Amino acid sequence: MAQELAPAGAFASIPALLARNVKEYGDRPAYREKEFGIWQSWTWAEAAEEIQNLAMGLLALGINRGDHVAIIGRNRPAHYWAMVAAQKVGAVPVPLYQDAVVDEMEYVLEHCGARFVVCGDQEQVDKVIEVQDKIHHIEHVLYYDKRGLRKYDHSHLHWYVDIQEEGRVAHARLEDEMATREAELDCDSTCVMLYTSGTTGRPKGVVLSNRNIIESAKNSSEFDNLGVNEDILAYLPMAWVGDFIFSLGQAMWSGFCVNCPESADTLMSDLREIGPTYYFAPPRVFETQLTNVMIRMEDSGDLKYAIFHHFMDFAKGGAGEKHGMPKRKVTTQKKTLEQKIRHGFNYAMGIGFAAETIIENGIRLAFAKLRHGKNVRKHFKAKDPIGLSLYGGALKEYFKYRCGDVLVYGPLKDTLGFGRIRVGYTAGEAIGPEIFAFYRSMGINLKQLYGQTEATVFITVQPDGEVRNDTVGVPAPGVEVRIEDNGEIFYRSPGTFVEYYNNPESTADTKDPEGWVATGDAGFFDKKNGHLRIIDRAKDVGKMADGRMFAPKYVENKLKFYPDILEAVVFGNDRNMCTAFINIDLTAVGNWAERNNVAYASYQELAGHPEVLSTIQEHVETVNKSVAEDEMLSGCQIHRFLILHKELDADDGEMTRTRKVRRKIVEEKYAPLIDALYGGKSEQYIETEVTYEDGRKGSINATLEIRDAVVVGNTQGMAAE
Amino acid sequence: MTTDMNADSYVTEDGRTIGPVVMDLKNITLRFGGVVAIKDISFNIREGEIRAIIGPNGAGKSSMLNVISGFYKPQEGEVWFRGSKRPQMKPYQVAQQGLARTFQNIALFEGMTVLDNIMTGRLNKMNANLFQQAIWKGKAEKEELENREACEKVIDFLEIQHIRKTPVGRLPYGLKKRVELARALAAEPSLLLLDEPMAGMNVEEKEDMSRFILDMNDEFGTTIALIEHDMGVVMDLSDRVVVMDYGKKIGDGTPDEVRNNQDVIDAYLGVSHD
Repeated sequence: MAQELAPAGAFASIPALLARNVKEYGDRPAYREKEFGIWQSWTWAEAAEEIQNLAMGLLALGINRGDHVAIIGRNRPAHYWAMVAAQKVGAVPVPLYQDAVVDEMEYVLEHCGARFVVCGDQEQVDKVIEVQDKIHHIEHVLYYDKRGLRKYDHSHLHWYVDIQEEGRVAHARLEDEMATREAELDCDSTCVMLYTSGTTGRPKGVVLSNRNIIESAKNSSEFDNLGVNEDILAYLPMAWVGDFIFSLGQAMWSGFCVNCPESADTLMSDLREIGPTYYFAPPRVFETQLTNVMIRMEDSGDLKYAIFHHFMDFAKGGAGEKHGMPKRKVTTQKKTLEQKIRHGFNYAMGIGFAAETIIENGIRLAFAKLRHGKNVRKHFKAKDPIGLSLYGGALKEYFKYRCGDVLVYGPLKDTLGFGRIRVGYTAGEAIGPEIFAFYRSMGINLKQLYGQTEATVFITVQPDGEVRNDTVGVPAPGVEVRIEDNGEIFYRSPGTFVEYYNNPESTADTKDPEGWVATGDAGFFDKKNGHLRIIDRAKDVGKMADGRMFAPKYVENKLKFYPDILEAVVFGNDRNMCTAFINIDLTAVGNWAERNNVAYASYQELAGHPEVLSTIQEHVETVNKSVAEDEMLSGCQIHRFLILHKELDADDGEMTRTRKVRRKIVEEKYAPLIDALYGGKSEQYIETEVTYEDGRKGSINATLEIRDAVVVGNTQGMAAE
Repeated sequence: MTTDMNADSYVTEDGRTIGPVVMDLKNITLRFGGVVAIKDISFNIREGEIRAIIGPNGAGKSSMLNVISGFYKPQEGEVWFRGSKRPQMKPYQVAQQGLARTFQNIALFEGMTVLDNIMTGRLNKMNANLFQQAIWKGKAEKEELENREACEKVIDFLEIQHIRKTPVGRLPYGLKKRVELARALAAEPSLLLLDEPMAGMNVEEKEDMSRFILDMNDEFGTTIALIEHDMGVVMDLSDRVVVMDYGKKIGDGTPDEVRNNQDVIDAYLGVSHD
């Protein structure tokens, strides 16, 4: 049983790890935040003092053991400190999604019974004050950003820094109490409570113990050789378990530096300035970046365009995997002479060929332009420099990759902020094979993992060198995985959660007495390499009317791999054929429209454009072909589809805050559209209510065209035989 | 309302302190040849308040602002600033006294970055001479650092971090307006003049801008005089309103008083000629 495993070394809690870090890495940077245009940094010793003062201040306010401290705000060092400070005084931090609307926040705050709330700024304070009308157990609200809050009633509202000051003053008086409380923390005391995103129904409070967090952080840090020299960018929602593990668990365990961006808008330039060595992003982020790169390449000069595609095609052909991957060694702070020489040599190998490539292709392009004029881009392909043909086989491939590194991969990685990445992870959704190959071929060690809040993230991970796009890897260190007959995946690990807060029924439903937890996902182990493959949510995998298997996610993912499709929802459970809703990607399709002189005024208008429909139809038909190749799932081909007139949005409840589609709600909300899809109509009128970010409501209406798509093979009569 | 608005200083309903008169305009008349743009207008601006000047097109609002900022010289009347009569001044001298303004038509340096534009607002705070600037030693370096820090605070306040290094020419209109406000704010003015800060903006941008104006007044205690067409905005933001029509003052008082003033209603809605 998980609870019987050995404690996490000598460190039973996050505050204990903090004390160790102060002792061992005291003057190394622990947190950085860009503020006023400069990266401000705090060493471990300074951070520990900030945390100590805040903890003292909380004590002075009268915080009790076991109190819940809600933390609402964007990623800032101060908010991470608040979590550790809460732990120090025996309270439990509960990070919340900062973009949650008041209703959602009210539910969580009421459910956890928070007495203390730490807010980022006025926006969050306003929401909490609104909530306080209905729930009365919130006693003290702290805020970090003073702006706009001067005139508020300060009887129960405090500035974070004032509380720290009070803590500093009360130091002598409260020192003993604090030491006692800190000493009481052990492996089984609660480390944090995180609310699930609530794909189905209300969010549940997942209680994770110190053992869960520290064991998981330790195992995963060792798995990827994370050391004290890593840099990460903390930009994912603090309420999400992944951010807690990366920015607190692993950072505390390994002692590396957590960097916080200046604001959500400056994320990309901050990413580039920091150049993280360890990076996590959901597939969507990689997808957006790839789309942006491709759009910008379309706008580039002919020579650049040709060279870019030439080298990207080459790298995707396997050379990237072979020559591009970063060394697994932990980086030391200063480069040794040997490393410098090797780095210089690697580049020197490429520079000569790079110059040659540019000159030769430039000349060829000039001639091609004479022949083709403005259409030259269609006819002109870049070629390898002649110098490369002096070498044969493996050596040629090596030199060519180095050449591409100088011309394309290196500069591109630098632009994207991925120049230093040693380990990158993506999870949450399936990532498109094209996208995955693109990043890996550039020499970014992007891997997939499979996990959930209840497991403290890690269930399976891909080890270096065994990375595949369609699997999620082997069980993580210390994790046992088994698969039930119906395909559902179960696991047991040191990270297995303690319980759902105040919800013994759900706890019992999910976790059996032996500690096995049901994931709700269906999958199987690949016989060849022992990697896990996920098909879909177990409850979403259904049967069609004629008994064939229905796995909507499988088809949706294939559709979403097209850059112009943002989201797809496939229906077909208990029906005789599959149909789909499609959301177009405004960036990609908008760019296409601009290029082809298609005028549009709104998302809705673009979504209804006949040419857009035709392009999407082509995509759907290609997907049908590839789905047909899989015998088990060939029934999932899409017969009819439509393009939705609005983007599915978390504010309308159609998606979770982590941007997963809530199938049930979509199905109910757009029932007339589904009826039309199955009723054989060619268009359908729909009116939809939308919620704006500030909570106001409006409505939009549209008449949507429904198209039929070509399917492959005899897909309707097989079960009848 | 029970507060005595004629007292030397009073506290508004939302808890701000309005101080004594900072700027007093007495019987201002401004003519361009035979055209009388402003006819015998008197009003004052008090410390810490948000003062709006409204009126139909051509009423002389912008001219009034230009008189205050020293760009136009009125033929008659006196401008009293902080208790003493202001002699004829060049606009830069007025700026040195702690006045800053934004323009109806954006007047930024299009080719320069947002940061550089905002730095120009600090010009009055820099004393290093050309030689020091050229070799980047002594005063020049120290001043640049101090002023950059002040600019960064403004950037943070107006939430334009993401465009810090973007040339102004590439920005959309709403952001340019904000950059102009940032430049004015960087001068740390005691009196800030805003000429139609919300012209041509959508509802969301207007809401943002209103918040910034209120926050500025609240956080830095900046006295603000603004011209605006959007009545909703004016009535919500300002403490006192001056209404002008054809160069004459037709109303002056709190938003409520002005709203119920028959002359104002006539000027805005028109008078029937039967």
